[in-house]
Amino acid sequence: MLLRRLRILDRKLVRDLWAMRGQALAIAVVVGAGVTMFVTYLSNFDSLQRTRAAYYEEARFADVFASLTRAPLSLEPRLRELPGVTAVDTRVVADVTLDVPAMTEPAVGRLISLPDAGEPRLNGVYLRSGRWIDPARPDEVLASELFCEEHGLAPGDSLTAIINGRRRRLTIVGVALSPEYVYAIRPGEIVPDTRRFGIFWMNRRALASAFNMEGGFNDVSLALAPGASVGEAIAALDPLLEPYGGRGAIPQGLQVSAWTLENELSQLQTFGFLVPLIFLGVAAFILHIALTRALALQRAQIAAMKALGYSNGTLAWHYIKWALVIAAAGAAGGVVLGAWLGAQLIDLYNEFFRFPRLSYRLSAGVAAASVAGSLVVAALGAQAAVRRAVRLPPAEAMRPEAPARHRRSPIERVSTGVALPLAARMVLRNLERQPGRALISVVGIAFAVAVLIVGMAFIDVMDALMNEQFTRLMRQDATVGFVEPRSARAVYDVRHLPGVMETEPMRTVPARLRAGSRTRTLAITGLPDAPRLNRVIDRERGPVTLPRDGLVLSRMLGEVLAVGPGDELQVEVLEGRRPVQRMRVAMLIDDTLGLNAYMRIEDVTRLLREGDTVSAVALTLDPAEQERFYDQVKAMPAVGGVSLREATLRNFREMMAENMNLQISINVIFAAVIAFGVVYNAARVSLSERSRELASLRVMGFTRAEISLMLLGELAVLTAAALPVGALIGYLLGQLILLGFNNEMYRLTFVFLPGTVAWTWLIVILAAALSGLAVRRRLDRLDLVAVLKTQE
Amino acid sequence: MRPAIFTARGVTKIYEMGEVTVQALRGVDFDLFEGEFLVLLGPSGSGKSTLLNILGGLDVPTSGEVLYRDHNLTQADDAALTLYRRDHVGFVFQFYNLIPSLTARENVALVTEIVEAPMQPEAALELVGLGHRLDHFPAQLSGGEQQRVAIARAIAKRPEVLLCDEPTGALDITTGSLVLEAIARVNRDLGTATAVITHNAAIAGMADRVVRLADGRVAGVHTNSQKISVSELQW
Ligand SMILES: Nc1ncnc2c1ncn2[C@@H]1O[C@H](COP(=O)(O)OP(=O)(O)O)[C@@H](O)[C@H]1O
Ligand SMILES: [Mg+2]
Repeated sequence: MLLRRLRILDRKLVRDLWAMRGQALAIAVVVGAGVTMFVTYLSNFDSLQRTRAAYYEEARFADVFASLTRAPLSLEPRLRELPGVTAVDTRVVADVTLDVPAMTEPAVGRLISLPDAGEPRLNGVYLRSGRWIDPARPDEVLASELFCEEHGLAPGDSLTAIINGRRRRLTIVGVALSPEYVYAIRPGEIVPDTRRFGIFWMNRRALASAFNMEGGFNDVSLALAPGASVGEAIAALDPLLEPYGGRGAIPQGLQVSAWTLENELSQLQTFGFLVPLIFLGVAAFILHIALTRALALQRAQIAAMKALGYSNGTLAWHYIKWALVIAAAGAAGGVVLGAWLGAQLIDLYNEFFRFPRLSYRLSAGVAAASVAGSLVVAALGAQAAVRRAVRLPPAEAMRPEAPARHRRSPIERVSTGVALPLAARMVLRNLERQPGRALISVVGIAFAVAVLIVGMAFIDVMDALMNEQFTRLMRQDATVGFVEPRSARAVYDVRHLPGVMETEPMRTVPARLRAGSRTRTLAITGLPDAPRLNRVIDRERGPVTLPRDGLVLSRMLGEVLAVGPGDELQVEVLEGRRPVQRMRVAMLIDDTLGLNAYMRIEDVTRLLREGDTVSAVALTLDPAEQERFYDQVKAMPAVGGVSLREATLRNFREMMAENMNLQISINVIFAAVIAFGVVYNAARVSLSERSRELASLRVMGFTRAEISLMLLGELAVLTAAALPVGALIGYLLGQLILLGFNNEMYRLTFVFLPGTVAWTWLIVILAAALSGLAVRRRLDRLDLVAVLKTQE
Repeated sequence: MRPAIFTARGVTKIYEMGEVTVQALRGVDFDLFEGEFLVLLGPSGSGKSTLLNILGGLDVPTSGEVLYRDHNLTQADDAALTLYRRDHVGFVFQFYNLIPSLTARENVALVTEIVEAPMQPEAALELVGLGHRLDHFPAQLSGGEQQRVAIARAIAKRPEVLLCDEPTGALDITTGSLVLEAIARVNRDLGTATAVITHNAAIAGMADRVVRLADGRVAGVHTNSQKISVSELQW
């Protein structure tokens, strides 16, 4: 027998654990839940990060990107001479309106040139299926995989692009992927719209001739030597491109796809770290409670062992091992389950991040760190309890604990006259006798409520985000964007399109904001001073009126640039006459999505030193006329793209449904598991503490029902007290998580609806009822003789 | 005269509990000699357990001096006291204090594992007449049997002193006799100096020497010219 070969203390450990197996299992499950989540999320994070690194490397993803109006090819050699540059690739890139069969609303196609011979020097294109284009056939294109999947397009199919006002048929010969479009987001959009944004690679000569780019280019990518300064390269590149309408180079980190991917990854990392950490914290706390109580019952044993000559260290290690064994069991299960769940989750990322291959890998590091983390947390949870128990002088521990001093409880004192039933009186007195202990139980059960709230509230948080963005902020049904800024008359043209009810002009201008050494390149949005369709909304203050002569920035952008209201910024406009001007930051707004900079539209045009111009028009639509509007706007010249609120909202919902919902479900399931573990543990703890007393009562003639009522009544009172406390703790934990969650992409507000709280309470009450039932079964089997015979 | 194992001089012990202080020992002089069987007699609350705990290194006196052979227990720290208990002292308590999750044999092995040159657990249990109950758990043993396991556990390390605090306090006469038999046998056969606390004066007859405590002071020391056996005790 294996047990025989163990040291005596370890045999005791095994038997003690077996005796408290229900409780040990409950704790192990809680630890396991935390570890599962760690492993699931962090292994995904790890897999995505590795895949990303390998792909960027393999596909020669550029380090610096710049777009411009048009430069001659003769500029290329000078680009190659820039400091640190190892490779240069110039391209022709153009956005066009697509006419996709069976889709009424217009889509945007981005056409990217491929060299006449060979592969691109940078930003390699991966051919998933079909073949490479034939340079001799100008209408052949490679199309992005997501777009093809969305529309059921395959090599051999064709679609129509409106190029410079002329319809042109493009034939898809291959399906492709690019590191620039791992996450394919349309310019000016906040979520990827795979239906309405396709990337197409076509022969350079064909593309150049369509856009008058022969002998020139309008897009540059640079690769830098390892260790070369990106900042220096950009600083050297920009002046070279400036005469050719350069719109300011950006580093890889700010390239839209890379930036989004990075934000998603960091969010996955925080989410994957903070939430499980909280769960493990809860595990540590209940481990602490369970062990404190178990050790209190072992007081006399500890004293005896000390009297026999066992040292404090030996005994402490013995009891810490309890915690470690439980945690190790939970962690082992967690790693296995986490690896399985992780492999499921990765498929989901495959849905909207496109890599040539995204394979799941659970690294030994992630597994080991999760296990080690849970052991450390368990040891921390145990050590205070153990230290207190072991420190007790043996002579003291040997004395039987003095009988607790009981008093009439305040409720009884208040309600003199009304004779409370004996069971109720005992419940109250017990709670009152050890208020500290009752409080700890309440906090333990409250944690069950709290983790559930943290898990479930994210549904409410996401709803609030969508509500904020799509009902409060975006009031337009569609936005028509122009290829080039147009005179204010364009607003009238749009207003005369069928179904258009209300219009609002927008003027966006690419600019680089510079504050000291910090810079950010983005589009400044010019709006009417009190926009009605494209509202500027602060999460606290509501709709904001744009002040005269000043910039309104997202608070996050203020943080990025380290500026606040009253500070000055240098605004370097990256189009037209490229004015450079110092401007005051008038206000920071606490907004929800992205990094935004707003100004009054007349201030923008004054800055640009041009008459009234618009770059886009926001509008509301008569739903009945929607189809006709789409038809006409598709044919309207100079329209670069149309974005639709419905489509954006739908995409957003889909993205959330795909991405967040699974995470939320995982969190909720594990939160429920933890809630059960915590409550069951609380019930078992009070059972083991009170079994002597309850057995004595049984001996005295109390019925099973009566003693059950005493114990379960106590559990019910503790649970009831824990519910509101848990809601409070959940709120605080949620705030804490969001501190780590908020990034340049999203800023969330932690909110939850009363219904959510009701659900969490219901689950915890259910958990308490089931635990009560389990405890009740044990009470029924209470062995009176055995309990009374052994002195603990 | 035989050499002393314990020499205690002027030992006092004051317990402070909030505002109240309890003077458990008020200047006790005490000796225990090699091979001696000593009974500590006194009413409840007279300080017997306090004194025994101090001798056994479970507690430290407030003032006074306690020597174990030539070791000064009053100056020992916690680690030193632990080592002292492990190597030299066997304890038997009123409530047995067995580990409920360990069998009789394992309860004894708990000690034999951590000392040098112990008895075999089986031999120790045989010595207290429990050779046939090796694999029983405490809950499966009677009170007297549990107490004899506790004695086996105390002597298995071949201690120099055996300290027993009311070993029969929770037992009936017959069972108590078996336990006292076992203690007497250990004292006789192994020559272990033994101090037994009791408030039952009848037990005093089986001792070499009887020390009476009253109100934290030694009230008298009496040497029995003739020891009587357990079976002759008048309960
Ligand atoms: N840990 C303690 N704290 C406070 N008082 C104590 C403690 N231990 C013993 N006493 C008190 O010291 C006195 C002597 O106790 P004890 O030595 O146990 O007596 P005996 O064993 O003779 O019955 C008693 O009044 C007892 O209440
Ligand atoms: Mg006593």
